[in-house]
Amino acid sequence: MTTLGATAIRAARRFASSLPALFGVLIFTFLLMRVLPGDPAVFFASGPNSGKEEIETIRKQMGLDKPVPQQLFLYLYDVGRGNLGRSLMTGQNVTKDLRERLPASLELTFSALLIALVLAIPLGVLAALKPGSLVDHGVRLFCALGVCVPTFVSGLLLIYIFYYLFGVSPDPTGRVDIFTTLPPAHTGFLLIDFALAGDFDGWWAAFKQLILPACTMALFVIAPLARITRASMLASLGSDFVRTARSVGLSWWRIIVTYALRNAILPVITIAGIVFSTMLGANVLVEKVFSWPGVASYALDALLSSDYAPVQGFVLLMASVFVIVNLVVDVLYGIADPRISIG
Amino acid sequence: MTTPKPLLDIENLQVTFSTRRGPVEAVRGISLSLAEGETLGIVGESGSGKSVTGFAMTRLLDASGKISGGRISFRDRDITKMTSASLREMHGSAMAMIFQNPRGALNPIRAIGQQIADAILAHRKISASEARAESLELLRAVKIRDPEKRMNAYPHELSGGMCQRVMIAMAISSNPALLIADEPTTGLDVTTQKVVMDLLASIAAERGMATILITHDLGLAARYCRRVVVMEQGKLVEEADALTLFRSPQHPYTKRLVAASPTATSRVEDLVTDDEKLLVPVAPPPKPKHGTPPLLEVLDLVKRFDDGTVGVANFSMSIAPGESVGLVGESGSGKSTTSRMICRLLDQTEGTINFNGQSISHVPARDFHRAPQRREIQIVFQDPNDSLNPRFNAFDCIAHPLIRLLGMSNGSALRQRVAECAHRVGLPADLLERFPHQLSGGQKARIGIARAIACRPKLLVLDEPTAALDVSVQAVVLQLLERLRREDNLSFLFVSHDLNVVRMMCQRTIVLRNGAIVEQGESHQLFDNPQTDYTRELVDAVPHIEMIAAEKAAAGA
Repeated sequence: MTTLGATAIRAARRFASSLPALFGVLIFTFLLMRVLPGDPAVFFASGPNSGKEEIETIRKQMGLDKPVPQQLFLYLYDVGRGNLGRSLMTGQNVTKDLRERLPASLELTFSALLIALVLAIPLGVLAALKPGSLVDHGVRLFCALGVCVPTFVSGLLLIYIFYYLFGVSPDPTGRVDIFTTLPPAHTGFLLIDFALAGDFDGWWAAFKQLILPACTMALFVIAPLARITRASMLASLGSDFVRTARSVGLSWWRIIVTYALRNAILPVITIAGIVFSTMLGANVLVEKVFSWPGVASYALDALLSSDYAPVQGFVLLMASVFVIVNLVVDVLYGIADPRISIG
Repeated sequence: MTTPKPLLDIENLQVTFSTRRGPVEAVRGISLSLAEGETLGIVGESGSGKSVTGFAMTRLLDASGKISGGRISFRDRDITKMTSASLREMHGSAMAMIFQNPRGALNPIRAIGQQIADAILAHRKISASEARAESLELLRAVKIRDPEKRMNAYPHELSGGMCQRVMIAMAISSNPALLIADEPTTGLDVTTQKVVMDLLASIAAERGMATILITHDLGLAARYCRRVVVMEQGKLVEEADALTLFRSPQHPYTKRLVAASPTATSRVEDLVTDDEKLLVPVAPPPKPKHGTPPLLEVLDLVKRFDDGTVGVANFSMSIAPGESVGLVGESGSGKSTTSRMICRLLDQTEGTINFNGQSISHVPARDFHRAPQRREIQIVFQDPNDSLNPRFNAFDCIAHPLIRLLGMSNGSALRQRVAECAHRVGLPADLLERFPHQLSGGQKARIGIARAIACRPKLLVLDEPTAALDVSVQAVVLQLLERLRREDNLSFLFVSHDLNVVRMMCQRTIVLRNGAIVEQGESHQLFDNPQTDYTRELVDAVPHIEMIAAEKAAAGA
């Protein structure tokens, strides 16, 4: 129990120490948006010919006529009350937009990470078991290809093969085709919601929509995960305790999995955390290619139209997700490695 | 009665490692045999191939090592031709191994009870709870206190000695006929060393296991083995009864090894049998007269760490000019902390340190490099590898303090001074261009010493200066240090866990335990007639030949 307690204390301390960073991100994004060229008032005025007065009115409505420090103060006041402002694009509250779209992104990223881990760990282990062999080189080639090919190319390639050539995939537009009735939203994760509702046809439809974009993203992150698995597995296989395990005659499986892999998995957890946070924000290309209604494509659209509030909200959300993911990694690490909890 | 068949019979074993520079023959044709229940010691210095022989016997060599010739038959089966399945079957149940660095040898993220149970379950089809009960029994057998509680402990929560007991428990879990212990107590304190070795010996005797003890320590081998073989550069050079080997070594290498191993009675002068006796021309300096002011005076030194633990409590001592004082104690006794405070690498919490009549304790450790006393107090570190900058060649290493502390600039004066230092420590001038990784352990130790004496200090703090070296190299380094001391009238603070070395090198000795002085006095008096139980325990833990002979005679009778 003390282990759990120590982990909790450590996580809390970690969280508290990341709050200043979050605050910094908030201010930095705010200032960045003011510095970037583009005037939202012009963009959202009724037309290209709208007069100066109209623009000034919109400006005033948006509070853009006030001095920047005051704008910042007002913004911070709003954020403090949980109000991230209104998006001019959708006309909705940014909080509401993000809440609707975040599950889509999360579901995609989680699935991609899961696929990547399921593939990368065995590949890394295989490569480590026979370093320099054909398998090792094969894994290296596969990883290199995954990294080299940009996600929009591999995404289009997958669409071409599975949708156009074989026709096994549904058309790559969104999370579910328009004819399927959506399940009651409990979690926002369609796969879970469909399963909860007992609608397995719907589940299958959603799954088919999900699998291609998820694979596209997974391909991109298999490389770092497989490489780190291979490296730490090599270190672990060469360690003294694996030799001990061999010296008492443990079975091959036990040596590889219980002794070597469980020790080797620790750095993989760290990398997986980083990969997850990066994917969530950086998968905008995949979201665009597959018309996935996620937060990243939402933020990109907002950025292109100088819509301040959604971009600021998105960056804050990403920063918070990063903090949370790091916390989760910390806790997982504490559980996986008994040595950590004493520190 | 017929002679029983040997348990293990090795014929002309050869082991080759493939390296980047081509194949390296680590073991070059050795033959030996071992009867059931016998104890055999394999002694040699690093690189002699003794550990490789051990790993070859169990077929646990690294992937780059191959048995390139010879036969190892174990109970009439040739191990060199076994399949991996039958090897796995044999590991643990027929032969098991105990390793150096016990903490590293255990899985860091698995509870020790679980690890022992794993070893049991590898060979017997019993339930998990039965295996658990049996591992508890084994923990009892290796005399671990609170075995129920320790079952769920992880290796990092146990001391090195405890980890080695767990390792022993794992090794004996399936009652092997042969136990190979590879440097099982290297890195453990002397008292722990004795406890672990006694335990190992009694368990082996109780269960009738044959034991092979691989060690660099002749005394240890003599004490715990009936028969000892000596290896040099992959070959067996001598094989004899343990006591005979110690008393009348035949082979020149064994002779050198026996002479170089410090015993309770050896003198620095006698360590090296070669012609290059370093000490002959220099007589020991006269004892300082009474009333000479001490060079170093330490008063009521205290170190409390941030978490409130006391590292050193009320430590007082003094060193006269030209005197050598030993600081001994087990790990955690505070001897390193004390020495680091004295050489101003660590701030004390309380207390004063006077050097040459001036207080140096008021200078914070981080500013001491600017104090004039920095060049007078120099340090020789324990690890000759890690204490040299890998990107400095030997010349730069020795020149560094001259440039930083004496303000010398690059030029002929500096070159001359470095060459002189190198000459004094016996480092050939053509090695000065080399980088640490191109030098042997002994050569690196010499560079460390040359660097320390470069500024002509008055006090050298030697932190286990020979702990990482082979005995024959240690012998030369100790002689070198002694000669430098005599020539320059240097004072030494000699920190070591090796009592025989301290007895030889130091006029006075201070015994530390838990940060406090237990006993201090003239070295010979202190070791010959210890006043406290703790010192006696320390002294008794060091094997020496008369005691071994007496013990063996008693056991034989």
